[in-house]
Amino acid sequence: MKFWGYRRPDGRVGIRNHVFILPASICAADTARIVASQVEGAVTFHNQNGCAQVASDQQLTMDVMAGMAANPNVYGTVVISLGCENCQMDLVTKAIEERTNKPIRTFIIQECGGTIATVEKAVRAAKEMVQEASLVRREEFPISELIVGTECGGSDPTSGLAANPLIGELSDRLVGLGSTAILSETTEFIGAEHILAARAATPEVKERIYDIVHRYEKALQLVGEEVREGNPSPGNKAGGITTLEEKSLGCIHKGGHTPVNAVYDYAKPVEKAGGLVIMDTPGNDPSSVAGMVAGGAQVVVFSTGRGTPTGNPIAPVIKITGNKLTFAKMKDNIDLDASPVIYGPETMEEMGDKLLDEVIQVADGKITKSESLGYIETAIARVCNYV
Amino acid sequence: MNAMIIDEKDNVAVAIEPIEKGEEVTFLAAGETRNVKAAEDITIYHKIAICQIKKGEPVVKYGQHIGLAAEDIAVGRHVHVHNVESHREEL
Repeated sequence: MKFWGYRRPDGRVGIRNHVFILPASICAADTARIVASQVEGAVTFHNQNGCAQVASDQQLTMDVMAGMAANPNVYGTVVISLGCENCQMDLVTKAIEERTNKPIRTFIIQECGGTIATVEKAVRAAKEMVQEASLVRREEFPISELIVGTECGGSDPTSGLAANPLIGELSDRLVGLGSTAILSETTEFIGAEHILAARAATPEVKERIYDIVHRYEKALQLVGEEVREGNPSPGNKAGGITTLEEKSLGCIHKGGHTPVNAVYDYAKPVEKAGGLVIMDTPGNDPSSVAGMVAGGAQVVVFSTGRGTPTGNPIAPVIKITGNKLTFAKMKDNIDLDASPVIYGPETMEEMGDKLLDEVIQVADGKITKSESLGYIETAIARVCNYV
Repeated sequence: MNAMIIDEKDNVAVAIEPIEKGEEVTFLAAGETRNVKAAEDITIYHKIAICQIKKGEPVVKYGQHIGLAAEDIAVGRHVHVHNVESHREEL
């Protein structure tokens, strides 16, 4: 099974050909937005971090910034920093260069002479980069080049009945075809961690699965909070999900049935051809998706029950729902109706064919609903408050 | 068929259509059709007790514990946040 992708100089294969305007901190985010708005083919996101963070938080931010720049859907990156932030330009470029050898241009606002001077220079550089990027032709690659992120958000009981088992079916097939599938959202393993742990490929992976769940619970308890606050959400409950355990048992269906081969920390580089792996991410969708995309996922398959808009600037997000009412109501946001898993006539196998086809079409260039709407909401996981 | 169970061990079914009080709730269990009478209206995709669940007993869905009954739950009752408590188990 093959798809048409873009070969990158670091050996990876992208399915989009973006020029990424990366703000190194919140103080560069609006400048980056102005630059991206002037350059057709450029993408950016509103970085809320990059300064006044404790070391562990700064590391999460650096990993997401470097990982998004290194994601094979990106041709090259224009980094814009303010100049005085903690995520200094040399640290950011070094972190990117540790992951990839793709083109980088850098602009420091305090050195360029303020916003307008920076915008002028960065827009010119980004336009040149877009022209270079446009010369790259799609080539055919085996599906084993794909790293597919999986996510669920705005869940309801149909997520556990239909959409997540269908993503699990996709995950099993991708693993069979030699790809990597990422299961994410550690908070939504709570109450179901024993099922995942029993599928760990090695004793070390088993221990890591328990570790990330307990670490998450403890981190919140340290600041006097409980992971169950706000989870399940009001929408989850209105849909019929009663407890976090019930939500988790539905969530982990996205991981299908194959062994869990590895557990990655948030936003760390994920190996291709790795089978099923877990990434330690929050249940918060935009930050979980950002972690997997920073890990190298070229595409994300996302189930919803209530209907959510989530997109990402770097990787297309394919939205599916098992709730027939939601699909009818939220057609503009949802790519595929998974409700036949509950009601027929299609079988799970037929729906699996359909979802795999959709993933390949999107890899080949089909624009998802969230891409067509220009949705790029991005959050970065956090350890604690700003300093 | 207006409901389904996910695992044979489940003591709740999921409504896959809106169900009204007094209506028969029909689902497949081990290849056979089973019925219980809805004791109240059940919103689509919400849970309904398919056997009596005593206070403190686990509520079972996916063949796993999703919480404990906060009160005695009779057959046909809506099972949700009003009568189920979350319970962290050592797993």
